[in-house]
Amino acid sequence: MDFRDTPEEASFRAELRTWLRDNLPDDWTTRAPTVGRFDLAESRAWSRRLYDAGYVGLTWPKEYGGGGAPHEFQGIYLEETARIGAPEHIGGIGLGMAGPTIIAWGSDDQKRRYLAKLLSGEEVWCQGFSEPGSGSDLAGAKTRAVLDGDEWVVNGQKVWSSWAHIADWCILVVRTDPDAEKHRGLSYLLVDMHSPGVEVRPLKQITGDPEFNEIFFTDVRVPRESMLGQPGEGWNVAMTTLLHERGTLGFALTAALERQLRNLVRLAKQPAPDGRVPAEDPVVRDRIAQQWIDLQALRFTNYRSLTTLAKTGVPGPEGSVAKLHWSETNQRLTKLATSLQGLASQLDDDGAVWDGYWQYQQLRSRGNTIEAGTSEILRNIIAERVVGLPRSR
Amino acid sequence: MDFAFSEDQELLRAAARDFLADRWPNERVIAAADSEPAFDAAAWKELANLGWLDSGLGVLEHAVLAEETGTALLPLPWFSSAVLATPLLAGDELLAGIESGDRAVALAWAEPGAFYLRETGGGVTESGGKLTGRKVVAPDLASVTDVIVTTNDGLWVVDLLAQPGVVQPLSTVDRTRRLADLNLDGTTARRLATPVSALADVRRRALAMAACEAVGVAQRALDLAADYTKTRQQFGRVIGTYQGVSHRVANIYVQVQLARSLAYWAAWAVSEGDAQQDIAVAAAKSAATEAAVFACENAIQAHGGIGFTWEHVLHRYYKRAQWLDAFEGFGRDHRADVASAVLDGTTDEGTAA
Repeated sequence: MDFRDTPEEASFRAELRTWLRDNLPDDWTTRAPTVGRFDLAESRAWSRRLYDAGYVGLTWPKEYGGGGAPHEFQGIYLEETARIGAPEHIGGIGLGMAGPTIIAWGSDDQKRRYLAKLLSGEEVWCQGFSEPGSGSDLAGAKTRAVLDGDEWVVNGQKVWSSWAHIADWCILVVRTDPDAEKHRGLSYLLVDMHSPGVEVRPLKQITGDPEFNEIFFTDVRVPRESMLGQPGEGWNVAMTTLLHERGTLGFALTAALERQLRNLVRLAKQPAPDGRVPAEDPVVRDRIAQQWIDLQALRFTNYRSLTTLAKTGVPGPEGSVAKLHWSETNQRLTKLATSLQGLASQLDDDGAVWDGYWQYQQLRSRGNTIEAGTSEILRNIIAERVVGLPRSR
Repeated sequence: MDFAFSEDQELLRAAARDFLADRWPNERVIAAADSEPAFDAAAWKELANLGWLDSGLGVLEHAVLAEETGTALLPLPWFSSAVLATPLLAGDELLAGIESGDRAVALAWAEPGAFYLRETGGGVTESGGKLTGRKVVAPDLASVTDVIVTTNDGLWVVDLLAQPGVVQPLSTVDRTRRLADLNLDGTTARRLATPVSALADVRRRALAMAACEAVGVAQRALDLAADYTKTRQQFGRVIGTYQGVSHRVANIYVQVQLARSLAYWAAWAVSEGDAQQDIAVAAAKSAATEAAVFACENAIQAHGGIGFTWEHVLHRYYKRAQWLDAFEGFGRDHRADVASAVLDGTTDEGTAA
């Protein structure tokens, strides 16, 4: 057991720290955090700089633009960028879901075509899994794709697609065989979001932001070869995507929570609108300490899971708790932060502390227990697949 | 970064599991709990033969044993003797007797108004090799042969076989780890070479080991809850198929895993003298002992009425969990330490590494 960096890890960490210091704006660490809203141009430019410096796709194969580095390097990258609060790469869905699935299932042509542009931020990906009638029940997807000559013709509707309004490509789960058993009738397409017949309608969230979208597909023609796996293998391909969403997520969630905790500590140490300094209140101190402990529990559970991955090739079962724990912790943390502001917590935008950063974060956090597997589904998975209880349905 | 026990440590764990399952089944634990506390020389000798009493064991070896003895609810003074007392006996003549299993040693530190290891009370004084004064709520005092007594300027060992009248057993909720008062009145004692300042190390190690033991307790509560809800039927179905039940079990699993991660981290930090060892043990002790209480409470609920009976073993675990939660202060005391480090700047605003 040893949590210290190896010499290689330590030198990677030191280089990265220097790079971040040199490439972020001078006043970066003293600025108040910005509201979670997306500045497209800034994010694209930052993503490109990260890519050019070799920090995107650290663990991906070198021949497709990745770094070929061990998982620990990705962990260090996320720790260090969280520590300094650096902006995230624009292509979260591509890096976390589309890319790993293409690496696992794609042909050489597909890997060459998609991966490098995904890493550089030149092309943004979105996910077309959920539908109005099938959210957690992915196998119930009804969006149809019918082969017509050398093209699939897609008709249907997807929902809750983050970043679809800026996306160039979509990983899309479609039904290609309506007569097959429901898990076997699915296929997995890579769809150009600029195709005729694709319409994206933003869905305003409770934050007021349109981060999610509905996507309507009307006679959208997709080249026959733009499929991962064979027709009917869509469920298995989608499971790879979801495994990656949950498997590599631990570090990203730890980093996100650490960022929030740093912001919380900073907030608690400055006088609140009511004139009191929250960090001097023993009850507040107890709650902040609990948040810090919850963060460390996430961090070290992730390390344990990663150690099992390194030794056996499969992440440890304890990794299954990461998303569930993170989402509920983040909800408590953001609510604690707003509670430090008294009635001024009810202000928004310019009139609020940090221009409404916490008001946005608190409302946004309610989505955390719904997106990427609801807490109910995650508890089912833990109960059934990890603890071994009988299936509930 | 490597978060795994060594091969030897895993062998120690496997051997401990086998031994505890074979020698300390529930029935024997319960029988011991329901009898009067005394030094059990034969049972203690078996631990010595396994090497569990060796003074050379490292913190990570202790972590493995603390977890496994928690899972088994071993009703012997291993935590008191091996974790709390033995580290204070470096180079002392008593060590040979401990390692051979002939002696077991407790630590008596608490006094009215000075309950915690890092406080000094002054209620016990020494004169001419005799101690006078009172110590309270000392763990396992009635199950050992000797006790180390703290005074403001020294550590003293009292032979309880020679002077048994000084121990006053107390009715204790957890009957597997009972508390007792120590009434010293010109009691013969021998000064140890180890200085009082060594108690800081003992406290740190004890918090980490309490966390590891709590993980063992919580794991056992999880296993009991899982086994029961996989087989118990109501309304024609196994109750584990009801999400009201299965999600409760999933919640126990989550807490056990989070607690285990923190407990192992704390044990590693102490074993290495890591810069974060103080905040690590505070975090782990607070989280893991609360997780053990949570796990037992939810396991009792998942069992329904049978889990609420004296006959079922669950309440024994629940009481150990509460004992551990109370040891050296409940969670809020340790979170106050965490808050000082995070908010008052002795750690890098909440980062590990």
